[in-house]
Amino acid sequence: MDEYKYAILFGVFVGTMARILMLRTDYRQYPTYLHGKIIHVSLGFIAASLGAIAVPALIEREYTAVTLLTVAATQFRDVRNMERNTLTEIDPLELVPRGKAYIEGIAISFESRNYLCIFTALISTVLYIYFGLPIAIVGGVVSVLLSLRLMSGKTIKSIANIEYTPLKFDGAGLYVDNIYIMNIGLKERREEILKYGAGFIIYPKNRNVVQTLANLGQRQAMLHDVSVSLGVFRDSGTPALTPIMKRDLNDGRIGMFILPQNRDIDLAIRIIGAVPILETAIRMPSESKAHHEMRDE
Amino acid sequence: MMNIEKAVLAVITTNPSKVNGGAPIFICESKQEMETFAANLEAITDGIVHSLSEELYIIVKH
Repeated sequence: MDEYKYAILFGVFVGTMARILMLRTDYRQYPTYLHGKIIHVSLGFIAASLGAIAVPALIEREYTAVTLLTVAATQFRDVRNMERNTLTEIDPLELVPRGKAYIEGIAISFESRNYLCIFTALISTVLYIYFGLPIAIVGGVVSVLLSLRLMSGKTIKSIANIEYTPLKFDGAGLYVDNIYIMNIGLKERREEILKYGAGFIIYPKNRNVVQTLANLGQRQAMLHDVSVSLGVFRDSGTPALTPIMKRDLNDGRIGMFILPQNRDIDLAIRIIGAVPILETAIRMPSESKAHHEMRDE
Repeated sequence: MMNIEKAVLAVITTNPSKVNGGAPIFICESKQEMETFAANLEAITDGIVHSLSEELYIIVKH
């Protein structure tokens, strides 16, 4: 297998680089610095090695080597479990929790990034073996770019318009526009909420996304992201100061009540717009068979 | 097993004829006293004060 030495090294290198590029510590503060990163870079290296080694093994007609990839699949499913467990453990300690759906979304993406890693390493090694280094470099770069593109999903601003709407009280009822949020009994609390709170209305752009925005996990993800990015005016033991999103049953608009510490409205709208759409929240009612038949008639 | 998620922890009122039954009931002299009681109980119980009418507050654990 000596003739494949450089090809394998190249594949492993490109695959690991892809994982490092996909590893972003951003406002989510996840993966955490240093230790979390080391774990994922190491797993990325393992994934890249598997992808790179699979190619020469197949060329040498060592078909059993493919079974090694199933071991990899099991291994990376464990990555998903690991991420899910960690995040679920720490979620109750957040002032505004991520919610199960967001955690699942993060865990899924960690798993899939390892597969992208394998894929990148595999492509690079194949190209190196058959076409030599220059083509392999080009192919490696292309597959890394492709991975990065596959990695980034859609965000809220592509499916909804967001507008700032002042909060108001009707008696004890707190409203964003005409959407009822909750009942606040104490007068001081009401004043506090009017002073520190902010309201937003999220208008779905079409019928499909109404269901996506209605998803409770998606809503919790939005509340979490906004609270992380802008800060949140609350503490443990102040359940009245809880950011909440409620839905207008008539037209599917979502009323959002938040308590940001940074009161920059434009920034808040940008942040809400940048919340990822969770895979688990996506619904496509217009793609159902019944709808297609109706359209064809 | 049934799980009770929300519970009325206390009732605070200035009009005793409106209330009766299970939860602890605090009868207050004035609206101002009612506000003070409610604020304290809210802090102590980690619940939310909801107003059913001008003279009747309840504290609910969510």
